[in-house]
Order: sequence, then structure tokens, then C-alpha cells
Amino acid sequence: MSFLTLESLNKEFGDFTAVRDMNLTIEQGEFISLLGPSGCGKTTTLQMIAGLLPPTRGKILLDGKDITKTPPNKRGLGIVFQSYALFPHMTATENVAFGLEMRGVAKVERMDRARVALDQVKLGQFAHRYPKEMSGGQRQRVALARALVIEPPVLLLDEPLSNLDAKLREEMRIELRLLQQDIGVTTILVTHDQEEALSMSDRIVVMKDGDMAQIAAPLDLYERPLNTFVSDFVGKTNLIKARAAAGSQGQSVVIVDGHADTLTQNLTLALPGEALIEGESVTLSIRPEKFLMSKEGPGHKVEVQASIFMGASWLYRVNSPMGELFVTQPNTGAAGYAKGDTAYLSWPDDAVMLFSEAA
Amino acid sequence: MSAKALDKTPFLMTAPGVIFFIMLLGVPMLMTFLLSLHSYDFTTGIQPDWTISNYIEVLGDPYFHKIFGRTFGLALLVTVICVLIGVPEAYVLAHLPNPWRSVFLLVVLGPLLISVVVRTLGWALFFGGKGVLTMIASGLGFGEEPVSLMFTFTGMTIALVHVLVPFMVISVWASLQKIDPQSEDAALTLGASKLTVLYRITLPQVMPGILSGSIIVFALTASAFATPAIIGGRRMKVVATAAYDEYLSTLNWPLGAAIAVILLVVNIVIIVSYNKLVERRFAKVFE
Repeated sequence: MSFLTLESLNKEFGDFTAVRDMNLTIEQGEFISLLGPSGCGKTTTLQMIAGLLPPTRGKILLDGKDITKTPPNKRGLGIVFQSYALFPHMTATENVAFGLEMRGVAKVERMDRARVALDQVKLGQFAHRYPKEMSGGQRQRVALARALVIEPPVLLLDEPLSNLDAKLREEMRIELRLLQQDIGVTTILVTHDQEEALSMSDRIVVMKDGDMAQIAAPLDLYERPLNTFVSDFVGKTNLIKARAAAGSQGQSVVIVDGHADTLTQNLTLALPGEALIEGESVTLSIRPEKFLMSKEGPGHKVEVQASIFMGASWLYRVNSPMGELFVTQPNTGAAGYAKGDTAYLSWPDDAVMLFSEAA
Repeated sequence: MSAKALDKTPFLMTAPGVIFFIMLLGVPMLMTFLLSLHSYDFTTGIQPDWTISNYIEVLGDPYFHKIFGRTFGLALLVTVICVLIGVPEAYVLAHLPNPWRSVFLLVVLGPLLISVVVRTLGWALFFGGKGVLTMIASGLGFGEEPVSLMFTFTGMTIALVHVLVPFMVISVWASLQKIDPQSEDAALTLGASKLTVLYRITLPQVMPGILSGSIIVFALTASAFATPAIIGGRRMKVVATAAYDEYLSTLNWPLGAAIAVILLVVNIVIIVSYNKLVERRFAKVFE
């Protein structure tokens, strides 16, 4: 039986539908991410689960009980807000103990439990500091401890890492995930950062304009996106416009129109999959790291337009028969291609994803 | 070379303002202070001697004690009432949806847009023996006795609260704007009731606004002149009207100057020590 269920949840603001018919079941202990660009309805969904925003229609069930109309202070969920929302006039310990105080836990016990929670997030020695005297990362941990100390059935995280610098963010991802697995708390993370969602979640819900575009485990989502939006939003990809041509059984053939001045001929590709209706507009998607680039074939001849060294890899922009492409190649220690070089590009058959929609 | 030139720039740029203040504020204040150190004779006027007799007179005379007591009592009372009215007012205002917020903000700030004399004369019409207050009282069946708040402490308090509440509202409003609204949501989700959120989370965060608003209201009441002069009249003298009377009725300028200087010093002492207290309490919490 599912632990948290959203049943055709809707939220409308006047004429604007922020969340449309959201159906989602979450198992106990699962880590779910709501991923999408700003304005896709992910935060609205989180606020409805938290009880801070009443849904227009639909139901929210927690452990079999309908909590749709339960006020936020009776739901007992733990929430970490984007701004952390610490109480500036209270020390770290007082912040963490606040939820316990509201539950009528005796002073000695709640101070003890607050201390344990702060130790859990490695902030034991900062217990008596005010939020103003702490760094962003430390505040973030206080917010996390404050949400966890009440032992909530569900932990809601609203872009909790977006205010941290890049290095700290990566550390916190791992730490947060380990802590979550340790405690086993059901967690919903709202984020616009696809890396964050990919690295932390059991399942990812990709949202677009209030709809769910896809629900899948991180690897599935990355390798088998259902549409061009997901393939473009999750990870980097090259989207190539093409036309379908007549194909035989078990094979689709598409024609990519030539783009660049020097490469004017059309390119015909044969792809595995069902035959397409001839003349239909389709979109191909190839991830930059799936390409194989070599000095002498085999493959399509391309010209390197730009070359950027990223440390672990090289990022190239090349002019190819399919137009401009981004190509990522691992750094093997050898010198990379320079601007103006000619190279040959190939890819395994299953690296190309075909979407029967125009990009 | 350029470093030296840079050093001078701030001084040069602030010089016009500094000169302006020295000429128009510093010099008159100094002159008032020097004036307070002369003695006065009813037949020959201001004497060229140096004495602190004026201060001794003011500080030793029960008549002046009463006036100073009344002034600071009034300032305290007006401040407390302004807190009680202004804080909820600012809170409600901050939570109103927009067309109404602007309308009511204008209503709140209204008293500041009217000349102090006109506004106070308005109150006089309202409070006076045959004024609106009497009409209402008789209309409600409280008898035909004229109800007058003119020349009373209550009348002064009401009129001063009316004009000073906006300062409290603005000050608290500014504090409310700085609050992270998510901190109220956070408290709510941690199990706090709406009332608990109000006095455990919201109120402590607007405390700096309340305190700085109190300083403004207190200082303005303690040195208020027009309202006490018109509503309080000569029967309910405060320090500012007492100093005015010494200057213009008794023509004892040195004594009036001494009263003014003492008012200034007491005001500064109260405000500075209050501010210190506030700063010490909130230094760690707010910037």
C-alpha cells in the first residue's frame, strides 16, 4: 500500500492552472524528486502537501488518511524551505526545539533531542549561535535538523540546496541522501536542478506547465525520456529536426536536412524501431557524451568550431551534416581537438532517441 | 597623490551639508546654551554675567518638576498607546490585499499630510464645550452637560496619538517587510497555532521596529509644541510650551533657554540609553 497518495490534485489561480490532475503514489521511505523549470507547479504541489495552500480539487492521503483539509500545524510534516526560514531571534538549539515545544515535550527532553539532532547534522558546536552568525550551509543544516527532530512521516524539501555554492551543494547532496536512507524518512524534494534530482532520488517526477511529463527512476529517465522536453531538461542533449522517410519493417528512416554551408547534402539515417509515416516531422535526440569522435573515421565528417576544456572532459561544438552539435569526450590526457580541426563523428545505434514530434 | 585626493573627496562632498547644519542647527543651539548661562533682570533685561542660576531655578522648583513630570508622563503614555494601536494596525495593513492596503495606508498617513495647526484646531472643535463630542454625548442620552476634553491631559493624549501613530505604523511596517514570510509558515508546519506564530515568531521579529518607532514617538511627544499649546493651553503646560512662555510672555529668555537645554539633554539621555539597551538585546539577532 502506498504511503502518500496524491489523487487528481488540481490547483488553479484564477484562470491559471498551476497543477493539473496530479496522480502520484509514494512508498514509505522513498525519495521522490519533483523536477521542472520555474513555474511548472512543483513548489505549488509541495505547498499543497504541506497544507500551506489548499488544493482546488483532488485529495491527499497520508498513510490511508485523507489529510486534504488538515491544517498545516496538524499534519506534522517536516519542511525545509528554500530560504531555510529559520527564526532569526532564536539560537540553533531553540530553532530545532521549537517543533518539540509545540508538541508539549518537556524542556529538558527537548533540549536533549535538539542537541542530538544538531549532532546528527554535525552542528553540535554551533548550538548556541543565532542564524545570523552562521554560514549558508550551517543554516541549511539547522533547517534540516529542525524538520527532522519532530520525526515527521514525510520530509518535504523545497530547493534546499539552491542557495549553497557549487562545492558545498555536491557535498550536501551525498550527505542528505545518506541521512535520508539512514532515517528512512519518506522524502519529497522540489528542485529545478536535474543533477540534484538524478543524484538523490529513487524516482523523479518531471513536471511541465502543471502536468507530469514523466515519472521514472533516474537512469530510466536519462536513458529513456518519453519526449523531447524531458530529454532536453534532464541532462544535456542535441535535438535534431528531421523528416520521416519510408522505412521497412522494424526500421525507421529519417532524413536530416543539411544545415551548414559546407555540408549541403541531406543525410539519411536508418534507426531501429517502427516504421514512421512518411513526411512526418520528427526530432532526434543524442546526448553529447554518446558520440565517438576520431581523427580518421569511421563516421560523419565534422568541423570543430569551438573547443572547451572542462577538466574531466572536453566540450566541443562541431559543424556536422546534422547541423551544429555539442559533443563531450572524456579527457584521456592527450591534447583535444582545436578549433578548425576536422574529425569524424559516430555513435552507437541505441544512442539516438527518436521522438515523433517537432522540437 | 591620487590616494590623498581620494581621502579628501568625502569631506569635500559632505562639506555643504555639514556647513548647512552647523550654521542652521549647531550655531543656534550653541547660542541657546550660552544664553541660558546669563541671568535676567526684569528692569534691565539680560545681564552680561555667567551663571548657572537658571538651571538651579528650573531643577529646584516644584512648578517645573510638575511640568517635566507631565511632559515625560505624556510622552510615555502616548508611546504606549501608539504601540498598542500602531503594531496591530501595521500587521493588518501588511496583510491586506492590494487596493485596500494602499487606501488604508493613505488613511493612516493622512494626519501627517495636514498642517499641525489645522489638525489640532480640528481636534479643538471636536473636543470643545459645544463641540462634536458634546453633541454625540447628548445624542446618546448622557444629558445636556457639555463634555469637553479641551485643556485636559486626555485631550492632549488623544490628539498626539492621532498624529504620532503613523510613525509607529511606518516603523513596524518596515520591520514586517523584512520578515521572511516562510518563517511563519515554518512555525505553522512545526505545529504552532496561528496565535502562537504571532507572538512567538512574528512579534519578536518586528521588535526592533516597535522599539525604534517608540523612540521616534517618545521624542516627538516630549518636544511637541503645537498640540499641547492648543489643546493643553496654559492650564496643561508641557516643557515646550513652558519654554515658549518664558520667552514670549515673561521675556525671560535665559530661563526659557535653560528649560529648552534641559529638555534636550533629558531627551537625549533617555533615547541614547534606551537605544543602547535595544542594541545590546538585539545585536546578535539583527544587523
